[in-house]
Formats: sequence, C-alpha cells, structure tokens
Amino acid sequence: MPPIITVHQLSKQFAEIHAVSDLSFTVNEGDVYGFLGQNGAGKSTTIRMLLTLIKPSSGQIKIFGKDLSTHRHEILQKIGAVIEKPDLYKYLTAYQNLSIFARISGIKANRTMLMNQLEQVGLAERAHSKVKTFSQGMKQRLGIAVALIHNPDLIILDEPTNGLDPQGIADIRQLILQLSKEKGKTILVSSHLLSEIELIANRIIIIDKGKKIVEGYSAELLDPAKTIVQIETTDNKVAIEQLALSKWKEQIVSSPNGIRLQMNKNAIPDLVKDAVEMNINILAIQPRHSLEDYFLSLTTRPHHVDTTAN
Amino acid sequence: MWTLLQIELFKIFKKPRTYLAFAIIAAFIFLIQVGLMVNGKDWMKFILAGLDETMDMEYDKLINGYAVCFFVLNLLLVHVPILVALVAGDLVSGEASMGTLRLLAAKPISRTQIILAKYFAAGIYVFALLLWIAIISLVFSIAVFGVNDLVVAKQNGIQLIEANDILWRYFCAFGFAYIAMMVVAAIALLLSTLSENSIGPIVATVGIIIVCTLVSEMEIPIYQHYIKPYLFTTYMLGWKGFFYIGSNAEGETVKGSIEYLPAILKSMTALLLYIIGLVGAAVFVFRKKDILS
Amino acid sequence: MKKLLLSILACFPLLLFAQDINALVQKVKAKLEQVNDYEAAGKMKTNVSFLKVPIATIKLYYKKPDKLKIKNEKGISFIPKGAVNINMANVLNSGKFTVLDAGSDKIGNTVVKVVKLLPEDDNADVVLSTLYIDETNAVIRRAKTTTKDNGTYELEMNYGKYLNYGLPDRITFSFNTKDYKMPKGVTFDFEDGTGTKKPEDKSKVKKGKVELDLKSYSINKGVSDALFQ
Repeated sequence: MPPIITVHQLSKQFAEIHAVSDLSFTVNEGDVYGFLGQNGAGKSTTIRMLLTLIKPSSGQIKIFGKDLSTHRHEILQKIGAVIEKPDLYKYLTAYQNLSIFARISGIKANRTMLMNQLEQVGLAERAHSKVKTFSQGMKQRLGIAVALIHNPDLIILDEPTNGLDPQGIADIRQLILQLSKEKGKTILVSSHLLSEIELIANRIIIIDKGKKIVEGYSAELLDPAKTIVQIETTDNKVAIEQLALSKWKEQIVSSPNGIRLQMNKNAIPDLVKDAVEMNINILAIQPRHSLEDYFLSLTTRPHHVDTTAN
Repeated sequence: MWTLLQIELFKIFKKPRTYLAFAIIAAFIFLIQVGLMVNGKDWMKFILAGLDETMDMEYDKLINGYAVCFFVLNLLLVHVPILVALVAGDLVSGEASMGTLRLLAAKPISRTQIILAKYFAAGIYVFALLLWIAIISLVFSIAVFGVNDLVVAKQNGIQLIEANDILWRYFCAFGFAYIAMMVVAAIALLLSTLSENSIGPIVATVGIIIVCTLVSEMEIPIYQHYIKPYLFTTYMLGWKGFFYIGSNAEGETVKGSIEYLPAILKSMTALLLYIIGLVGAAVFVFRKKDILS
Repeated sequence: MKKLLLSILACFPLLLFAQDINALVQKVKAKLEQVNDYEAAGKMKTNVSFLKVPIATIKLYYKKPDKLKIKNEKGISFIPKGAVNINMANVLNSGKFTVLDAGSDKIGNTVVKVVKLLPEDDNADVVLSTLYIDETNAVIRRAKTTTKDNGTYELEMNYGKYLNYGLPDRITFSFNTKDYKMPKGVTFDFEDGTGTKKPEDKSKVKKGKVELDLKSYSINKGVSDALFQ
C-alpha cells in the first residue's frame, strides 16, 4: 500500500524568506498525522502546497500515489480541507455555503445529504442563518462540514481548534477520532499545541523554520518511559544531593534550575514516596514528555515573522 | 464550467452591493426624466441655441422618449464603469479578503475556470445592468414622452434621425456599450487578481478610467498622436457613433446609415482585443499566483 | 382705335414702360389675390452646412393676408426663419413700394422682366426686393430680398398645375446662416478616429437652401387660424 501523501525535498522560498526547506515526510493510509510547529514554522505553507494554493519552489508532492502537479484535479476531488480560519461566504446561509462547495467538489448533493451533514456538525437548526451571524465555533464546524461534504479520503485540517472554547476543542477532537476510527479516513491535522496533537495523532512531525525536526509514531515519541519529571522543592540543592545518593541517581538529567529526572511515568508515586522518606519537601512535581520538553523550548523562543498567516 | 458560472452568479446576486447599482441607476434616470419633463424645453433651447437664430423648431416634439434616452445615456454611460468596477473589482479580491478564495482554489477546478467563470458572471451582471438601463431609460421614457425624430447635437452640426430609424441604433448602442463595459470588467478583474482587498481594485479601476479619459480628451498633440490611439477610453464613446447618421452629397441623411461605420468597427475590434488581452492577463496572473490570503 | 393707341404708346416709350411695369406687378398681385388660403402637401429638402436632416414630408398652410406655416405633420423639421416670405403675396402686400424697371433677363429659356421694389417705409425690414417676372404667365420666377435683420434670401419658383393661381410646384429658398459650433465638452463627440479634421469653411456667412416640392394644393377651402399658432 503506497503512502497517501509523500512529500519529497519540498522547498518554498518567498523573496528572501525560506518558508519551507527540503521537507520530506509521508502520511500513510488511516493515519491521523499530527503536523506540529510553532506559528510561522512553515505548517500553513506546506499545507497550502499540498492543496495547490502555493507552488513549491522545488521538490515533489505525491498524493494517492500520483504527482500533484500533473494529477491536480483527480487528487483534489478526494481531499477535504479546512485551511486556517474557516472563512465562508458571510452573506450566504450555512446551507447555501455547503451547497455551493458540494457542487464545486463535483457532487450532486440533495437536500437530505446537505441537512445530514449539517446535522453531523450540529448546525441543522441554523441551516438557514447567514454565516455572518455565526460564532467562531459554529463557523469552524461549518468549515468542517464543507470539508467533508464530498466524502473525501484525505482530510486536511489546518489549526482546526484555533479560536475555539474548550468544549469546541473537545468536539473537534471527538470528530477527528470518529472520522479516523469509524470511517477510516486519513487525516492530516496541524497545530502549534502538542497537547492537542498527542491526544489524537498516531504519527507526528515537528517542523521549525521550515525544516523537519523530528518525525515518528506518537507511541515512540511520547513513550511514557521517557517522561521528564521536574521537581521543585524548598531546597533544590540539598534535594539533588540526596537523590544522587538514592536509586534515582541514574535518572537525574542535568538541569540548571530545578531538578529533572527522565523516568517512566508510572514510577512517579515511587519517587514521591522516596522523597518524603528522604525529607525532601516537594513544592511541585511536573511530568512532561521529552518531546514536549523539546517542543516547549522551541515555542518559548522569540517568534519570527509568520509569512503565511494573516 | 456551467455549474461554476451558476455559482458565481448566485454569489453576485446574493450580495446587497449588486442591487445598489440597480437602485442608483433607477434613481438617476428617474431624476433626469423628471427634470426633462419639467425643464426639457429649456435644455433643448440651450443645446440648440446656435440654431435658434436661423431656424424655427417645435420644441415639444424635440423632447421625446428617444431624446430623453439619448440624454440619459450621454450622462450615465460615463459613470456605469464605476458600478461595473464595484462588482468586478471584488470578484477575486473580495474572496481573498473574505478568505473563501483558498477554499475555492483548493477544489478540483482549474484556476482558469475560476477566472473565466467569474468573468462570464460579471458579463451577465453587466448585461443585466444595461438591460435595466435600457428598460428604464428607453422603454419607460418612450412610454412617458412618446416617440419622435431624434435631434443629435454634435460639436459642429446638428442632425436629425427619423423616428423609424432609431430603435435599431439603440440596440447597437447598447451592444457597443456592453463591449465597452466588459473592458472595464476585465480591467477590474485583472486588478482584482492582484489584490487581497476589494477596495483597491475598485478604486484603481475607476482611477485608470478617469486618467485615461482625461488623456483621451486632452487635445495635446503628444497625447493625441502617441498615447490616445492605445487607450481603451478612446474607443468607449463608440456607442454614439450609431447616432451619427450618414448623408449624401447634398447633406440629406440616408436612412439606416452610419457615418463612421469603419471607425466604430475599429473601436469594437480594439475593445475586443483589450478584453482578450486583459482576461488573458488575469488568467495568467491568477494561475501563477500563490494564494496566501 | 387700337392702332391709334398703340402708336401713341410707341411715341412715349418711357412712360409706357413705367406703366407697363406697374401693371405687370399689379397683374401678378391680382393673380395671387385670387387665393385666400391654401393647404399644400409636399416634400422639403434642407441643405444647410451644419444640418443633416432627411427629406421631410411637410404641409404648407397659407392664409391671407400674411400667414404662412410649414409643418412637419409627424416628425421634426427645422424651418428657416423668413420662410414666411416664400409666399410672394406676402412680399407684394407688405406696404407701399416704388417699382423700378431693371430690364430683362433670362431664366432657362424664359425671358423675364426684372423689377425692383423699394419699400416706401424706411423702417420696413425689407430693404430691396428684386423680382424676375414671367410676363406671359404673370408669375414671379425668382425673387431676391434683402432685409435689415435676416440677411438676403432668394426664391426660385417653378410652376405647373397651379399656374393660374400663381402658386409654384417647386420653391427653392436660399438664405444666410450663421456658423454653428458647440463646445466639445458639452457633446462628448465620438470621433471617426482618423484624426484629420475636415477643412472648414472659414467664411462667417453661409448659405442655406431649402427646396419645397409641392404636390397638391387645396385652394380656398378654408384654413383654421389655429394652425398658425
């Protein structure tokens, strides 16, 4: 089975800015592929290249085993996408918007089909309201309905939870899992939040400054055995000395501020118990994946200009 | 393509802005009609002041439906480009600023199709607009003012076209005006593909028309000889050519004739070439464009 | 008796001449005075440099003493001011005048008498009228009238069916026109695009001509005054 998406040495340069450099990755059938990177990392530029909105400066994109540049029409017929903000025709109703995009996607959608789709995203009652009256969450849901109306095999969601309230975020997450598990869709979802992606993606790529940092299965990247535990105590210096003498010695990783241990997440209760016995007064304990740790170090860096987001 | 055109039309005619143009035109024409109903004679006397000393005229007959329509078109057709630009300038850039362009361009339709569908939709809009003008300015004026011969005042002469020789000239004039307006639509569309907001292309289109018209009208030799022949505005007054009737050696008008037919055909050709060039450029630009909106 | 009279007249050629001319004018006038009113249908062809008009179907109305109107029943026509003088009765009835003999001339093959009429009233608009009279038929073939205000106009008349009433079938009316020019900004002309302007006739005073072809007269059947409004 060939991969659904194969990106090979893809680059895009805007004037002096290298938005995407030599990027390669593959998305396999049935994947929920997490596309991670901070704002301006090149996520949107890559997604726009996948959707033929932007022409690559160099490199190759194959989708469904076919070259995107030569089989554009055929490929796009099987893709549904929400690109950044779910902007739709404000002066038209939800129903009219959905109907327009169904027709453009080349399907003859009847009323029942359209209403079912709206029902699925919980907008059936507002089908005939103009989109300009919608909240951000409703627009997002309508955007997803538009992306799904032609029953695509590949779904691309660019920052689908942006601007949503917690309930909205949970709903989207639920929908993605449902599409993946029940309908067997391949989904590429981008986000600048690892916490978002780790709950849904089976494979993850992290890019920064247009370059791939890491790509792999979530299970491996987010292996509980590689959890970083950060401990804050009343006296870190004493605590670290004591821990260095205990069975936790091997797990201590160098840290300029605070105490950090790389260990299995399941061993945290043990660690706490031992610390109490060693009279270490714990103020806070925070487990983090190594990936998250790394990702955080990226995102706390000063941002550079995002070339594509508006 | 047909589906796409239907969708574009649906979008155009769902926008309140679209109807604004129709309302403005109706109000404008209505004002002229009322004005001419009250003061038409005075206006005719002004136009024909040079003639009044040597000739007797029946001013009541001079103000008729055909004359009113001619007057309306003289004043109105100069401004219709603004209304055309208002809709055509928004076609691509409006979607870019709204954010729907990226959805559209990520669909299994070619960019050429998108541009052509938009241009054809603009074509139907312009057609509806001119039909609306024709109904109100011609049909309505005829109903109110009746029909009679049409007196056309030119810079250095006056001519009279018999009532039964006029209607076809209006059809031709509206047809010509349509081509001229489609050039405006093509300019607006091209500018629209270059912009991410809709105000820019609309203002730029109107600006281009104003500047080109001024250069066309300026009687400065360098402009007259080297620039004017290449400006589209030079050819946009061509609709009037249908109301310049031909005459024989003795100065009698020849029914069904047009004085400068070759010039009109030349204008029409020039405008069609403009349309092909501009729409071609719009397609080219849009195909090359990275959609970042 | 006749012979005697003729010989006397032959002895006083000048006297005879003056009387003869006056008589001729009176004869012409008398002929015209048979007509109280008329209505004539015909065609009008206008030839004025700045006017382009089709041949118009018109009606010509006349009523004693000096009412005359050219009407385009359906469409619009430009009627030259002074066209009222195309009826010669109007000229001959316009007050007292001195008649001068100006010899003979020829119009086509017809020998005509040339007569000059000088109005006695100094304030009259007409300064001088020159009539070319067909003696045999007692009708005016040509008339040149110089006015104070309306320039000089010229009439040429051909007669046919209504010769007995002194009413022409064909009238050519020539008159002076002024130049016509509109500022370009008002008209927004469409140009032929050739860029070459036709050479313009620089003379200020131009000639205009109107030709009337009158087909049928209906004479002395009464014409309503309302028509001359």
